[in-house]
Order: sequence, then structure tokens, then C-alpha cells
Amino acid sequence: MFYTITLYASLVIFCIGLVYKISNWFRFNIGQPAGNMSVSTRIGAAIKGILSTFFSVKVFTLIKVFVLDVLLQARLLRKDFVRWLAHICIFGGFMLLLLMHALETHISSALFSDYYSTLNPFMFLRDFFGLMVFFGLALVIFRRFLSKAPRPTTNGMDYYAIIILAVIMISGILLEGTKIVSHSVYEEMVEEYAVLDEEEEIPLESYWVDKFGVVSPDVKGPFDKDTLKEGKELHEMSCADCHSRPQWAFLGYGVATVSKPIALSLDRAKIHTLLWYVHFLACFIGLAYLPFSKFFHIFATPATYLLNAVMEREKSDPANLATRQAIELDACIHCGDCTARCSVAVAFKQIPNPNILPSEKLVALRALASGKELPEEQLRVIQEGSYICTDCHRCTDVCPAGINLEELWFSMREHLAKLGYPKPEVWARQGMGANFDLTKLKEQTLSLTPVDRKFLGGLGTSAQASTFSVCFGCENCTNVCPVVGNYENPQEVLGLVPHQIMHALALGRRDLTFGSRMLWDCVTCYICQEYCPQGVSVTDVFYELKNLSFIHLKEKA
Amino acid sequence: MEFALFLGCTTPSRLKQYEYSSRAVLGELGVTLVDIDEFKCCGYPLRNIDFKAFVLSSARNLALAKKEDLKLMALCKCGYGTLKMASHLIKENSSLREEINEILAKEGLEYKGDVDILHFLTVLHKEVGLEAIKDKITRPYENLKVATHYGCHALRPSQVTEFDDPVAPTLFDELVSVTGAKSIEWPMKLECCGGPLSGVNDELSFAFTDKKLLDAKKASADYLTTGCPFCQIQFDTFQDQTGHGRGTNHHVPAILYSQLLGLCLGLDKETLGFDSKRTDIAKIESFLSP
Repeated sequence: MFYTITLYASLVIFCIGLVYKISNWFRFNIGQPAGNMSVSTRIGAAIKGILSTFFSVKVFTLIKVFVLDVLLQARLLRKDFVRWLAHICIFGGFMLLLLMHALETHISSALFSDYYSTLNPFMFLRDFFGLMVFFGLALVIFRRFLSKAPRPTTNGMDYYAIIILAVIMISGILLEGTKIVSHSVYEEMVEEYAVLDEEEEIPLESYWVDKFGVVSPDVKGPFDKDTLKEGKELHEMSCADCHSRPQWAFLGYGVATVSKPIALSLDRAKIHTLLWYVHFLACFIGLAYLPFSKFFHIFATPATYLLNAVMEREKSDPANLATRQAIELDACIHCGDCTARCSVAVAFKQIPNPNILPSEKLVALRALASGKELPEEQLRVIQEGSYICTDCHRCTDVCPAGINLEELWFSMREHLAKLGYPKPEVWARQGMGANFDLTKLKEQTLSLTPVDRKFLGGLGTSAQASTFSVCFGCENCTNVCPVVGNYENPQEVLGLVPHQIMHALALGRRDLTFGSRMLWDCVTCYICQEYCPQGVSVTDVFYELKNLSFIHLKEKA
Repeated sequence: MEFALFLGCTTPSRLKQYEYSSRAVLGELGVTLVDIDEFKCCGYPLRNIDFKAFVLSSARNLALAKKEDLKLMALCKCGYGTLKMASHLIKENSSLREEINEILAKEGLEYKGDVDILHFLTVLHKEVGLEAIKDKITRPYENLKVATHYGCHALRPSQVTEFDDPVAPTLFDELVSVTGAKSIEWPMKLECCGGPLSGVNDELSFAFTDKKLLDAKKASADYLTTGCPFCQIQFDTFQDQTGHGRGTNHHVPAILYSQLLGLCLGLDKETLGFDSKRTDIAKIESFLSP
């Protein structure tokens, strides 16, 4: 009863979760592609796209990709044999267990008239499939936690995935093992299936203790030949039709052998019943939570493979492009390949913003795509991270899930710009001038004190930035600057021009320097620096001022 | 001659033909290139954001080259300038050196400012040599006028980059002359392509590009040649956009030097990554001597 209720409850949660997650594919929109299209328009576009693909030659591409990339995981095999082995063992082993063992009444019994879980080959296969999963899991754990190769961050979802799989598998094997040795299970079976006279009980039990690993409180070996012979006959009459030797269930038998000394107390404590609860509850939790966990990739990643095989960016309906991006968000399994390959990941060591790393950017992107309102502080951090990227395309090249990561980053930036968080340089260029309106008040007399010493002290990371102090105001830098030269009235557009910025620094005026668009319109051509007779590193001073502006903006946020 | 090839990010992702043609040309001239898979961002895109992140990113690449005991060759002018700058800073500034090496040490790396950093053009000019190139040229150009675009970040600050004379450089012009083409004089030769402001202030960025193109056109250049992906993208990919928005059209096709040289070395167009759809650079062949 409890089993049935929890089974149906978890199935219901699973189905609701599935519908919810799939509905997100049509609701989420990153950046512009789908504009303000309604969910129904997007579902309509998807159906149209799917149908037109099915009735075209592209269907063969789909079949090929399904067999090679989805079932055989050829993409992963091409990348890394060990990972492919780990994944195929977990995927293959678990799927086979699901079909043969978990769904035995629906599948195995229907297919094989002689199916019994305790009969070979099924008994052996169950443990063999289990061994596959264990082997895969061991490889995963080794790679993620023990191997020396640089691994990215492991988050709660990654732990959950490993733990729930491990609990299901270990409880299953322990359950099998404790049932083999259990005397009470033996007695129940005898009561149900064997018709025995009282004097026949000892020989059968002796035979099962001797050959089937049961640990009995009543009989103990060694047994004499006649008893065993009689036991064997009884066994063949009542049990053999459904029972192969337990050694075939090698994992469970291993547990049984090890647990023999304490088998009787385990049996009295009804440990196998407890394990049975643990086992099926873990399975049901896994099932119910699947749509919300990273296991959802078993739907989203194949969908991504298939979609990317047949969709072309230029020719596809924008609605479907938006939908594909939403699916791709679910296809990520946080393996961290992108981050390991990322060109700018090294910056993370200096700028501790996880959004620099592609695998973590995706986490932020999910939050953005869901449309929920994020606090300004978080948006700033995401903005910074999303622009620390060289568009080198490496993340996209290595992604084993085939996600078009770079396209996602472009959409992400579009999305952020729409929310008022453009490229930091653009943002600072627009925003800083507005923050410091002193540059606009040309008539105002500025007080020379107090000098902002903290600001000046901050200029010196590169040792070049302090060279501003030797500027004697010859204006060479300004005269050779091609940006200044581009405007009829440079100060109107740029605020302070280069030599004035050097002067403002000498005066310790943070407001004047930060408020000048000159900083952000500098093309970094280094002509000013090259031509400075005093050796002021003008361009490098600008670079450092830009760094300081970002720090200032961050502090303000 | 052996160099660690520093491709950077932009060339492989947006200008593959630069990689293909450089490899082909250097291969033809007997230069061996070593690929270091772990090379990553040169640090240039981080310069606006965080000084130390830039130096760290740069130094990590240099440390990798050092580990292999190789000289490093960059294809990109910005990458070249950035690596040179970081190397210079690390050499000059002991506290920065310590700080950076503390982080590098976690990966078993170390950098003290002692890797030779060269640009593709420097390798051709100084390591291979003009004479050696000349010997290999099978079909020199005739009547071809080329405007050389030097690229700011290789040229300046000259004390750090050590590329060529910052006021009157000749390196690139000599490399053009050796192909039989005429390197023309043009007033804006040493100025910025506008690339660094792309995406920050597009209007200003394109104004720079536009001015240079107009100047090259006035000097009657048939082609403009570059040795940097940012400059090439600015002059090539964005050329239509720059003219378009401003109602001007000073069309001067831009060609990578590696492709320009490759053709007269007798390398075929596919190897050099010429795009058959682009008629304006395909026309370059008509200048080759028979």
C-alpha cells in the first residue's frame, strides 16, 4: 500500500515536473530572438518545424544522430574514451536495470514467459548491469574528485546526482545480499511455495544452507550426504524452477558471504525490509526529482543533438531558435569541459567572479532566462562575468552536449543590455559622466582641497600609472591624440582631454578624471605615450584609471 | 628555426585564413611551428578591467613557452603588444613578479620575463630574412601598389614592444617590397584602425577606419595589407559597414600579409584560405607576373 502510494506520488510529481520543464522551453527567452512571442506561437512554430523535418530528407540525419550520438554517444567517444566508458556504463547499466528489473512486471515478464528475477540469465544480468553502473560511478568519482586534471567547481546538483545513484545501487546490492542469507525470507518462501512434511524441513533447509547461502539458526553444516541428497530432491521439486544458484548474483553473493557472521542478527532486525524501503524510496525520489535535477539532461541533451543536427541559424524561425536555446540550458550537465578549456578562465584567479567561467555563466543564464527579477547587485556581477570573454569559441567546440555556448553568450549580453547592463566599458562611458557633473560646470571654481589621497594611492598597481606626476603640461599628448583630433570641439564630447586628465590627477580630483569620456573613447594607440617628452605613460595611466573606475562602480553598487 | 605559435583567440575563431596562410608561408620558408594547446587569452581583453588579471593571463602563456624553452611568435599585434608589455612589467617590477609567480606556481609554472616574443612579421624580417624570402619567390607582383598598415600595439610604446622605429618604421614596407609590389607612402600609415573601440563606441571606431581607407585611396593604393586579425577584420569585415553608415565609400580591399606573400611564393589559394566568393581579394592574382 505504502509502496503503491509513493510510486504513484512520485510518478505524478515526475509528470508534472516534466510538463513544467518542457513548458519552460517555450516560455524562456534569452535576448531578442523570440521578441514577445506567445507560448502558443512558439509551440506552433516548433510543431511546424518538427513536422517539416520529419517529412524531409533531414529525417535520415535525425536517425543517424539518434543512433550514433544519443544511443552510442559517439561524440563523447571521440573526445575521451574513459569518459565515454563511464557514461555508457552508467547510462547503459541503469537503463537495462530499469527495463529488466524495475519494470519487470511490465517488460521482462511480458517478453519472457520463463522470467524470474532469481533465475539465470536474469539473476546474473541484474548484477552485471549493476556492476556496469558501479564501474561508471567509480570512474566519475575518480575523475571529479581524485584525478589531478583540473576540475571545475562541483555544485549541490552534482553531489545529488552521484549520491542518489549510489544510494539506489548500494541499497539494491545490500538488499540482494541480505535476502540471500535471510532465514526469515527463506521461511516465508517455503511457506508459500513448498508443500513439506515436518521431517522434510530439515533436509531442504540444510541443502539451502549448504548451497544457497542461507544462514539458519536451526541447522548448521557440515551436513551428511543423505540429508543433502534428500534436500536436493525437495529443492528440485519445489524451488529449482525459480532459483538459480546465488553465486550468479555475484555482487549480492559477495555481500552475503561477508555478512554471514552477523546474518542472524541482521535478519532479526529485519534489515532487508529496511533496505527494501531505502531502495525503492531512493528510486522514487530519483524519479520524482528527475525533471528538476541534472538527470533531466537525458531529455534535453538528446534534443540538443537532434536540433543542432537539423537546424541552421540563418534559415530557422526565430521562435525555434529561442526554444532551442532554452532547451540547451537544460542540456548542460555541468561537466566543466568548457571552463577547463576557457581562454579567460585564468582571470578568475584574480577576479573572483564565478560568472567568468562558462559552466557557471550558464547557471546565471538560467536565472536570467526564467525572467525572474534579480537584484541589481547580482546583475552587475553577471554583467561583469559575461563580458570577460574573448569570443574564442573554445567552449562551444568542446561541449560534449553540443550546446552552442557562444550563441548563448551573445544572447545573454543582448538580454543584459535590454535590462540596462551593456558592455561594462559602454556602461561606464555612459554612466560615469552622468555621475560626475563637474566637467559640465565650466564656470564653477573648483576647490583644490581636499586631495583624494585614497584615489591617488590606488594608482600604482603597474608602477607606470604614477608617472602622471612628472607631467609639465606641454599638451603634446593632446595634440597628437587621434581621438581628440577627430572632434571639432573635443571637450564637449570627451570631457577632459589627455593632458588635462594628467593635471586633474596631480590635483587628486577623482571626479574630474572618472567623469571624462576620454578614458573610454581612448583607442589605446599609445601615440601620446610615445610622444611624451617627460616619459609619462599616458595610455597606461588611462588603463589603470579604467580599472579604478570599475572598482569604484562596484563599490557604489 | 622553431617557434611556439601563439594564435590568440580572434584568429582561430574569426579569421581562420590568417592561421592557414601563416602556417603555409612559414612552412614554405622552413620555419617550424610548435602548437601549445594550453595557450589561452593573451590578457589584452582584460586590460580595461583588471591590471593583474591581464598580467597573469599573459604571463601564464609566456611561462608555458618558457617551459618548452621556445621563442614565442604571435600572429596578432594586440597579442604581441600585450605579451611584450606583461613580460616587460614582470621583468622590471619585482613585487609584481613575485605576486604573479605565486599564482603560476600552483600550476607548476614560473615566469621571470625571459622569453623572446616575436611577431609574425618580425620572424619573417629578422629570423627568416628578406634574402631568403626573395629566393623563394616564384611569381613576384608587378604594378601592385600596397599600403602597409603597421598596427599600433606592435609599434608603440616602442621601448616596450621593440618592433621597429616608432616614427619611421620600415620593416613592413621592406616585406612588401620583397614581393615585387610597391609599398606606397601614405600619411595615415601609422595610425589606429579603430578596432579597439569596436563594440564600445562604434561610431568613433568606424570614423577611424573610414579616415584611413580614404587616405589609402587618395594615395592610390590597390590593396591595404595588415598583419593583425583585429586590423584586418576592421578593414575587411567592417569595411562595408563603415562606408555604409557615413555615406562614403572609399573601397580599398584589405589583404593579410601572409596571403599576399603566400601567392607569390607559389602557394595555392585554398592553402592560403582565400575565400572564393570574395572578388576583391581574388583579383590580387592578376598582379602576379606570368
